This record gives sequence, C-alpha cells and structure tokens, in this order.
Amino acid sequence: MNKAVSLDLTDEEISRYSRHLILPEVGVEGQLKLKKARVLLIGTGGLGAPLGMYLAAAGVGTLGLVDFDNVDASNLQRQIIHGTRDVGRPKIASARDRLLDINPNVNIETYETRLTSQNALDIIKKYDIVVDGTDNFPTRYLVNDACVLLGKPNVYGSIFRFEGQASVFWAEKGACYRCLYPEPPPPGLVPSCAEGGVLGVLPGIIGSIQANETIKLILGGGEPLINRLLLFDAWKMRFRELKLHKNPQCPICGENKTIHQLIDYEVFCGLGPSSSEVEIEEITATELKRQIDLGKNIQIIDVRDSNEYAIARIPNSKLIPLSQIVERSKEIDPNLTAVLHCKGGIRSAKAINALKESGFTGTLINLKGGILAWSNEVDPSVPKY
Amino acid sequence: MSVPVYIPTALRQFTGGKSEINVEAKTAGEAIEQLTIQFSVLRKHLYNDQNALRSFVNVYVNDEDIRHQSGLQTPLVAGSTVTIVPSIAGGVNL
Repeated sequence: MNKAVSLDLTDEEISRYSRHLILPEVGVEGQLKLKKARVLLIGTGGLGAPLGMYLAAAGVGTLGLVDFDNVDASNLQRQIIHGTRDVGRPKIASARDRLLDINPNVNIETYETRLTSQNALDIIKKYDIVVDGTDNFPTRYLVNDACVLLGKPNVYGSIFRFEGQASVFWAEKGACYRCLYPEPPPPGLVPSCAEGGVLGVLPGIIGSIQANETIKLILGGGEPLINRLLLFDAWKMRFRELKLHKNPQCPICGENKTIHQLIDYEVFCGLGPSSSEVEIEEITATELKRQIDLGKNIQIIDVRDSNEYAIARIPNSKLIPLSQIVERSKEIDPNLTAVLHCKGGIRSAKAINALKESGFTGTLINLKGGILAWSNEVDPSVPKY
Repeated sequence: MSVPVYIPTALRQFTGGKSEINVEAKTAGEAIEQLTIQFSVLRKHLYNDQNALRSFVNVYVNDEDIRHQSGLQTPLVAGSTVTIVPSIAGGVNL
C-alpha cells in the first residue's frame, strides 16, 4: 500500500486494526474500504446484536440503526448488545452506547422508527449494504423489495429454535429473497421465536455469519453467499448448503417484473386489517376472574406448548397446544363456554379461527392479553416469561 | 429405494419430533407423498387446496431446488437426499 493512503488511518486506528492490517486480504486498502463503508442494520435484537458489535469492532465507518423497541428482560438471553442496566431503555440508545464503547471511531446514525413502505427507500438509499436483523415476514419482503429497487445487496439471516439460514440476496448478481420464496406463508402456519423459542446462541452464530458476509462484500473479496443458502442446525451441529437460482419469473427482479414500487407488506403477509378473520369475541382477565368467582361454568383451554404450561398456568386450565387443537377439538365441550388463552393472545386467536373453520359449534372466547394479562390483572404470583 | 427426507424444525411438531424420515420413493413427489401418508397432518402444511406444493415450501433433491429440475418428477437415485426448506422468520413484527 502506498504511503498516501496509509495516512488516512490514524495511529490509534493502525494499532486498533493491526490484526486486519497484517491480513493480506484486508490490509490498509481493505481497512480504508471498511472505514468508508455505510451499512444499515435493521433491528438491534438477536441478529442485530452480534452484527452491530462485530461491524463496529471491524471499523465499518458508518452504521445506521433502525429500531423502535425498548429493551425487555426477555431480550437479554440472546441480545448481547444490551445489558441488564439497559432494561426499559430504547434499544437504539442502548445499542449506540455499546457500539461506541467498542469503537468510538464509528459514526452511528439512528432511526427510532418502524421501517415502513413510506420511509424504507429514503433510509436505505443512503447506505451501501443492508443487513436485515428483524427476521419477520413483512420486514423481510419490504427490505428485499427496497434493496432490489435500489440495487443494494441484502444480507439475510433467519432463525427458529435451533435452526438458522443465511444468504446474500443481490438481484444484480443473483437470486433475491422472492426468487427463493415468492410468497410468505399465511399467518399462523410458521410460529415466531416468541412462540416457538430460540436458543440464545443461535442468533449469535447466524448474526456473525451475516457480519462476515457484510465485511466480504465491503472488501470485495472471498466467496460471498450469493446464490447459496446456508442452513445451520445447532442441535445437530450441522451446516448444509443449497444452491439458489435467479427466478426468471420473479415478480420484482425477473424479466417481466410486476412490482415496480413498494407495496403494503402487512397486507401482503396476511397481517393487515383488510385480511382479518371474522371478529373474535374477547374477554379481559379481570372479567374472566369475576365470572369464575360468580361460579359460571367456563372451560379454560391453554393452547401454549407443554413447556410453557410448566412455567406458568391459570388454575383449572386444560392444555391443548395450538398444533393439536383441531384434532383434539372433541376434548372441548361445545355446550359450555370455552375461553382460550396463550401467552399474549395471538395463538389463542389462531386456535379459535382454526376451530371455527373446522366446524366447531361451541362458544369460543379469546383471553385478551393471554396469561400475561392474567398475571398483571388477577394473580401476580403467576410468573411472566 | 429408501431415501432420507430432512424435516425442518418448524415441521417437526408434525413428525413426532423426528428430523429425518426414511421413505421408499423413486421421485421427489413420491417421497413427499409417502411422508404425508406416514404423517397426515403434514399434508396441509405442504400442499395447497389444488394439491400443488405451497409456494413457501421449497423441496431440494441433494443441493438443487426441484423447481429448477423436473419438479415433483425429479428422479431419486441411490444416495439422494430430500430436504424440505420452508421460509422461516423467528422475530416478532417490528
């Protein structure tokens, strides 16, 4: 490297990045590429935590952070960018502090907002590379489409329980997310980590793979995960690799594209108001307790999984996990009112829809806010998890 | 011919927790069909009402998507593996 370029790194940076500088694949030239790079991280949760920390440590010059959530105690098992003292703070403030502690040279740009079809293009266009750490379907399709429209690479990671996926979607060079999955699954068919759980280390591994891919894209070297889907099973400790191909019929990056601008991704993923199911009757925890105390004969059906039932339960509730609710519907007496509940009220609503679709005729009521509301309103001795 | 079908985590609740099921099949379609005979609840998660594979369920023979081969007719030979790769998303809605 010539001297003129090396002058662009300060003495402090030279000692900080020395293990990069002596790597032939990085060197001063590569370190300066990192310093000039602008990377947008969407979400500062499980995947965003290792991503942000490694990219800051590596000397990525500008990191944009998008998040609107606050740190919750249940985040700390995996979101190692946040600490116990940060519980209750905005994630963006907590992440910023941690990243600047790791490397004060990094310029952090924060967006305390939800990424939407209205703001995504304006935010993303200011960056070279986008890394999606939110891992939910509406944001995944939004980020994919915005990146395709703007010609940006999109570093993908996804996790569930012990299983992870990673890839690099870059329509100019290979497949995009829609080439792999043209449409999302209907809501309810794929559980989230909030429902299904996730091993805390897993997002650390997948997020680190995303950080690795991001750094290679910045350096312009190595073999990025373009047109390759990496599958990881932490329980078996097995990595597999599948081939991806650009889909000529892809609605956003194919030859006859039909999508030319961002759409409403909540509706596209079946979560918007226009696709909502038939109105579901609800009851509050306080009202349910009052009716039980009045001696009303109510069956309480818990649709969570057995391991959640072991953590906390409402007295006299019967466990029928959501995945078995239709096949075991005979265990619910159609002549008695049934109140269904889960942790927060989403799965029990799905269970009610599934039972109604299957032809169940009894009265089904959803416990608003699930067992968390029961703990808050009725019995604080029921632990929140 | 017996081939292994790899079951992703999200679908293991319908296969009694098993991550790998051996089936007798000569094509990818037969392998999936055999699987849904053994585990009938899987069927609605893999096929739509028109009896076609759902668009968010990808099936691979070895490391190739069957959509880029001969679809459900993709032949299996000794040593082939079948992998089901549904879209996953672990995070809550942001």
